[in-house]
Amino acid sequence: MIEAEGLGRGYGEVQALESLDLSVPEGTVCALLGPNGAGKTTAIRILATLLAPDTGTARICGYDVATQGAQVRRRIGLAGQHAAVDEALTGRDNLFILGLMHHLGRRAARARAAELLQRFDLEAAADRPVKGWSGGMRRRLDLIASLIAEPPVLFLDEPTTGLDPHSRDEIHSAVAELTRSGTTVLLTTQYLEEADRLADNLMVIDSGREIAQGTPEELKDLIGARVEVVLPSDEQISQAEQALTALGGDDVAVQEHRVSATVKAGSLTLPELVRHLDELGITLQDTGIRRPTLDEVFLNLTRSTR
Amino acid sequence: MRDALPAAERLLTSVIRNPAFILVLVTAPIVLVLIFGFIFGGAIALPGESSGGQTYREFLLPGLLVMTASNIVPSMVSAAKENHSGLTDRFRSLPISRAAVPAGSALATLVYGVISFSIMMICGLVVGWRIRGSLADTLLAMLILLLFQFSASWIGMYLGYLFDDEETAGQAAILAIPPGMVSNVFVPTESMPAWLGTIAAWNPLSSVAAALRELFGNPSAPTGGAWPLENPVTASLIWTLGLLAVFVPLCTLRYARAGR
Ligand SMILES: Nc1ncnc2c1ncn2[C@@H]1O[C@H](COP(=O)(O)OP(=O)(O)OP(=O)(O)O)[C@@H](O)[C@H]1O
Ligand SMILES: [Mg+2]
Repeated sequence: MIEAEGLGRGYGEVQALESLDLSVPEGTVCALLGPNGAGKTTAIRILATLLAPDTGTARICGYDVATQGAQVRRRIGLAGQHAAVDEALTGRDNLFILGLMHHLGRRAARARAAELLQRFDLEAAADRPVKGWSGGMRRRLDLIASLIAEPPVLFLDEPTTGLDPHSRDEIHSAVAELTRSGTTVLLTTQYLEEADRLADNLMVIDSGREIAQGTPEELKDLIGARVEVVLPSDEQISQAEQALTALGGDDVAVQEHRVSATVKAGSLTLPELVRHLDELGITLQDTGIRRPTLDEVFLNLTRSTR
Repeated sequence: MRDALPAAERLLTSVIRNPAFILVLVTAPIVLVLIFGFIFGGAIALPGESSGGQTYREFLLPGLLVMTASNIVPSMVSAAKENHSGLTDRFRSLPISRAAVPAGSALATLVYGVISFSIMMICGLVVGWRIRGSLADTLLAMLILLLFQFSASWIGMYLGYLFDDEETAGQAAILAIPPGMVSNVFVPTESMPAWLGTIAAWNPLSSVAAALRELFGNPSAPTGGAWPLENPVTASLIWTLGLLAVFVPLCTLRYARAGR
């Protein structure tokens, strides 16, 4: 559905995107993660035909974004990073005009606007100019504006930034519902639990390059698990450190009576750990092996390129 | 092209909700007629007239209509302002012709034009301007005026997309004044130095103003033998269609390419 190879784009001195490969199969959600300035918006703008790539090619539903722009635009919906709604118009008029631009016809455009406003809980404000709406309401309006023509491919640039938990949930369930009916979604986000929840596939980029990609689980495996051993006193700390190193632990850290280390994912089970420490005569107060959160994965991956 | 209609409807709907805009749209023509008519009217006499006043006001009104039609500043500033907005990005990602949004703005400008020209003409009738031409001529005059305004808004939008920044476009607005001055809009070109007179004669504003004067049957300025002033109606049509032929594609290309 979305295929990109070697996409690159510079702005003068800045190389915003460097050789990005991306493939999003039909009906799946891909989340693009990365710190500010990583090139996420640049990637989305290229795929939505708003920006010409310097290098590489991209295809949406088989149509080339550089040479078959009109075909591509017929199949995509875009909710950009900055709310793209006309402040002087009411919410309803915004959707109505966009419906007309999608050739829905006046009656159908009215009906579609009403349906979307109701579904996303914006009916109460629908007939007030958007100028007087809150930021989160505008964001929601912007998002539903990209759904008007029910496009098979949807680009959402930070769709939930600035939304309250309730609205965020609503957007999450809308995205989930859309993918169930076969829509392909490429979204960017700063919220990792959101990516964890929505995305079938994640791609982490930094400084315009891919630094990791895979399912959320695969990414977590990438940085391994954290082993933690809590001792009753500080007597056996150095022994515990040696024991963890012997088990293949990296990044050994000590904090009061707490010794921790990173091990390869799946390389160590809890019973093995306890048995090993017991054999060495180390007394335990508490111990555990914890998988990393996506936040930790993210920090770990992007830190190395700083 | 039918995609331009919703784009125009968007602008008109937002204007309806903006009382300040409507107030300016309605009062500006009145103020212009009064100020120019009575300030310049008292001081300027047409060649062959002993004093200004009445005759000058009759000469002036077509000039003011042309002046208003040629005001490219609003199109320029709003094009520069919207060029990088999220809204324009959304329009660019829609399956509509790349000319649709600029064309919609030009159409909306045309609607404002019809309103301000009508008010200006009513005001003119009150202070002594008269239509002495036939109905067909009057309608032709209106058509030329609207065509001219339509082409002017494409020039304005092109420059707006080119400057790409609201501040720059605002500063550049001052440059929109000289074309009105170096023309027969306010004064006959005769009194200008020869070289300036030639430029003024070939200024599209002069052709259109002369065409309106001829079609409305208002006093006109001596032509000095210049072809565009001898044949103002033909010259105006050539000018406006020529400008459209150049600036519609230029502007559309700029719009489609912005930010790429
Ligand atoms: N129009 C532009 N002109 C110059 N540089 C730009 C332009 N747009 C983006 N850049 C640069 O390109 C790089 C990538 O920007 P981009 O907007 O793609 O980042 P992002 O990942 O979307 O960041 P954020 O999370 O802050 O939205 C940045 O270094 C930015 O400064
Ligand atoms: Mg961004």
